[in-house]
Amino acid sequence: MVPMASSPPLTNHLDILESHAIFILREVAAEGERPVLLFSGGKDSAVLLHLAAKAFAPQQLPFPIMHVDTGQNFEEVLRYRDWAAEHYGARLLIASVQESIDQGRVADPGQLGSRNRLQSVTLLDAITANKFDAAFGGARRDEDKARAKERILSFRDSFGQWDPKAQRPELWNLYQGRVNAGEHLRAFPLSDWTELDIWQYIEREQMELPSIYFAHERQVILRDGMWLAVGPFVEPQPHESVETKVVRFRTVGDANCTGAVLSNAASLSEIVAEVSVANVSERGATRGDDKFSETAMEDRKREGYF
Amino acid sequence: MGASTKDVLRLATIGSVDDGKSTLIGRLLVDTRQLFDDQLDAVAAASERRGVGDLDLSFVTDGLRAEREQGITIDVAYRYAATPTRKFIIADCPGHVQYTRNMATGASTADLALAVVDVAAGLKEQTRRHLCIAALLGVRNLVVAVNKMDRVEWSQSAFRTVADQVAVVSAELGFASCEVIPVSALLGDNVVDRSDASRWYSGPSVLEVLESTRAGDLTITAQGARLPVQWVLRQNGGGRTYAGMVNGGTFHVGDAVTLLPAGIETTISAIHLGGVSRADAYAGLSADIDLAAETDAGRGDMIAASPLPTVTKEFDATVCWFGEKPMEPGQRFRLKHTTRSTPARIIQLDGLIEIENLGVESVERLSINQIGLVKIGCADALVVDEYQVNRATGSFVLVDEVTNATVAAGMIGRPSFL
Repeated sequence: MVPMASSPPLTNHLDILESHAIFILREVAAEGERPVLLFSGGKDSAVLLHLAAKAFAPQQLPFPIMHVDTGQNFEEVLRYRDWAAEHYGARLLIASVQESIDQGRVADPGQLGSRNRLQSVTLLDAITANKFDAAFGGARRDEDKARAKERILSFRDSFGQWDPKAQRPELWNLYQGRVNAGEHLRAFPLSDWTELDIWQYIEREQMELPSIYFAHERQVILRDGMWLAVGPFVEPQPHESVETKVVRFRTVGDANCTGAVLSNAASLSEIVAEVSVANVSERGATRGDDKFSETAMEDRKREGYF
Repeated sequence: MGASTKDVLRLATIGSVDDGKSTLIGRLLVDTRQLFDDQLDAVAAASERRGVGDLDLSFVTDGLRAEREQGITIDVAYRYAATPTRKFIIADCPGHVQYTRNMATGASTADLALAVVDVAAGLKEQTRRHLCIAALLGVRNLVVAVNKMDRVEWSQSAFRTVADQVAVVSAELGFASCEVIPVSALLGDNVVDRSDASRWYSGPSVLEVLESTRAGDLTITAQGARLPVQWVLRQNGGGRTYAGMVNGGTFHVGDAVTLLPAGIETTISAIHLGGVSRADAYAGLSADIDLAAETDAGRGDMIAASPLPTVTKEFDATVCWFGEKPMEPGQRFRLKHTTRSTPARIIQLDGLIEIENLGVESVERLSINQIGLVKIGCADALVVDEYQVNRATGSFVLVDEVTNATVAAGMIGRPSFL
């Protein structure tokens, strides 16, 4: 063990964010009967898993991690997911949107349709089936104006719904997570982190991430103002021309609706530098699923989305 | 990237509905270029769709459908801003009396309260209520933006009238610092840059005060360090480690500490986090602590350095009541204090605080959004400090045993301004 020191009081923003997140992870794990950590393999859930491992070291994580798998993932992200589960010694559960479609729980949007919204049904079914009473998520308040309104511990009724007009008061660090049977909580330990904080922390901790976050050459097409990677889930239409560009992904969602950004940032320090001068938000730059309406995120969250 | 030198200032906006809190935060974020282009475009598009002009800055934080439809803030919006040396966590709180519990949520962790007052309307009762709650919650630094100065043609006497009202209230409530600034949130005067419109004003802009206020001193108090145990970690070679967040002061390896409520005296044999050893653990740090003595301590116990907190089943407290149903003496609740939960009862209601004159009125019951003075009795002993000396070990919430709703925020002891 290497001695490490910081100066009093705790003033470094990454230390403050880290300690707060660890506090929340421990608090919910201690008070919940059956928590689960939602893990997509994206950078935010990667940071969440890293923090959870720190919170409970040297013990194993006292809860499983769960991937809500849309079946439309980037291959690199799935590889990272499996690597991370093994690296951090976590038990990985997979909730499959394809199974929800096969069981007739949701309508099949077709090969090119977005499965983003369908995830809510798969997620809620898995929470019910496993009797989870708390689900950690990597959502950040700076991502979206509806998320900016949500408590760190966010109550869900027995239908999995969020009621933004009737949130529980949440004072100090007194996280009050009691729920009745059938209800559950979402817990967001990264609420106060910004995209830049996330990257600075990943750099400080020298964490591994899926390779698609770093600049690489890829065949892309320009569709609805976004660079989409050509692959099994994105087939070029006759009027679309395939180009080879140096790109990276700022967020990781479904391959058919997550846009790449033109970037040469190939290392963590280059990404930190790029993010600190960005003038378009990460969701605005890369997420087709947020472009439907003014309150797309609020509407999805009311239905039980992440 | 300056990542190692940034500190964190938490601030909450307070004040009455329609005085311009959300517009001020919107202006602050726009003028410091904290908003992305697409976010700004979305605000402009929403403004146009709802016919409220080119750019309604309140839409920057009023993100819910109902808020935009009604033009009010319902719940706290958290926004973030950063300079090379500071990260700001901004809680934009609702002004409406109906949502006082949400305002208290935003203010409970704030280093600084940014009150917004419409210069033409003066200090409303709701603003006094918010100032009173902020003071109760221990917010020490107050900035008052006297807003809509453009509507009174930057009248110095209009500003002075409000500033004098503010000075009286601030002194009564005992804020450590109080800066009063004439602004136009709509036009941006004195928000980020000092304005030419107010030549008679020589003080700082809102941003200048936010940048110069000391951050994070709330976790440091005059009494000793405490660690409420959250979780017990089992070490690989056997042995137990107590995990939790430090508050009140600093623990060092070798310090004499007492495990409470059992009263076991021992020393700290090691401090670590995530498997990395440390010599000490500062307030605000989530840390793992090993004790020299073998103990059976668990969640809800507290490791404390001298001067020690009090172990008690009964205490005086000040509560903000959030429940829809009134609170009456004799009622039972579940009380959560640090990491311990216990059944508790209101033994006595000594009165409520009158917002207008800070007097105490004796009452039979406490209604929603009222602030009461109570005596509380608990089934299990708690390890407490006065709220005024330690926010973490002096605060609690009351939870309805049937619905699990959080019905009150409680502070141990009585407010200093009574």
